[in-house]
Amino acid sequence: MKQRILLFAGVRSASGLDHIDIDVDDDATAQVVLDELERQLPDSGGLIRISRLAIDGRYVGNDEQVGHCSGEFALIPPVSGG
Amino acid sequence: MDDSRLIRLVNEPIRLAEWEAKLADIDCGAQAWFAGVTRRTTETNDGQTLLTKTLFYEAHPTMAVGQLDQLAIDAIGKFELRRVVIVHRLGEVPLGEASVLMGCASPHRKDCFAALPWMMDRLKQEVPIWKRETFQDESTEWIHPEPRDPT
Repeated sequence: MKQRILLFAGVRSASGLDHIDIDVDDDATAQVVLDELERQLPDSGGLIRISRLAIDGRYVGNDEQVGHCSGEFALIPPVSGG
Repeated sequence: MDDSRLIRLVNEPIRLAEWEAKLADIDCGAQAWFAGVTRRTTETNDGQTLLTKTLFYEAHPTMAVGQLDQLAIDAIGKFELRRVVIVHRLGEVPLGEASVLMGCASPHRKDCFAALPWMMDRLKQEVPIWKRETFQDESTEWIHPEPRDPT
C-alpha cells in the first residue's frame, strides 16, 4: 500500500521535502516504515533512526502493524519545543 | 475541549497580561505561570559557548495541539488542577521573548508548584514542536536532542 509520510524540521530541511510517498506491505510495522524512510533519505539516516512514527496525531510503537492504516502518517524527529 | 484547558499555538509575541484572566477561578487559591524565553548563550559539552542570533519554531500543528491537550488532561488528573493554559509561539522568536507560556490554577499552591515542571518536561519530550537556532555566524541548526533512555 502506498503511504504518504509528512516530514518535519531537520528531516524536511535536509531532504527539501515536506512529504514522501513510500510503498509498504499491509502488514508492515512502523519499524519497516522507518527503515524504508532511512533507505530513501540516507542523508537523514541518523536522525530517522531516533525518530518516531505518528498516525493521526498519535505515536505508534515500532512493532505495531501500520502498513494498512489509512490515517495521516508523520515522521516525528526528537522534539525541542519550549 | 472544556474551559478547564486552553491550548493555543500563536505566531505573535506572548504577553502574560493577555492570558492571566484565563486561570480565574474563585475556588482556586493558587495560580502559577512559567515562561520559557529564548536565550542567547548555549554551553556545549566541550566547554564552548555558542551565541544565538535568533530562533525559529515549527510544529506539526494539529498533533501538537492534541498532544498539549492530552498533557493538560493528564496534569489535571495527576495534580489537583482546575485550569491549565498552554501557549506556544511558532515562527521566528527574537532573543529574550517568550516561546512558551504555561499556567495552572489549583485550590492549594503545592499542586501548582509541582505541576509546572512536570508539564514542561512532558512538553519537551512528547509535543511535536522543533526549534532551529540561527547562530551569530549565520549557521543554522535544527535541535533534535538524543532521546533519553527510558530506563
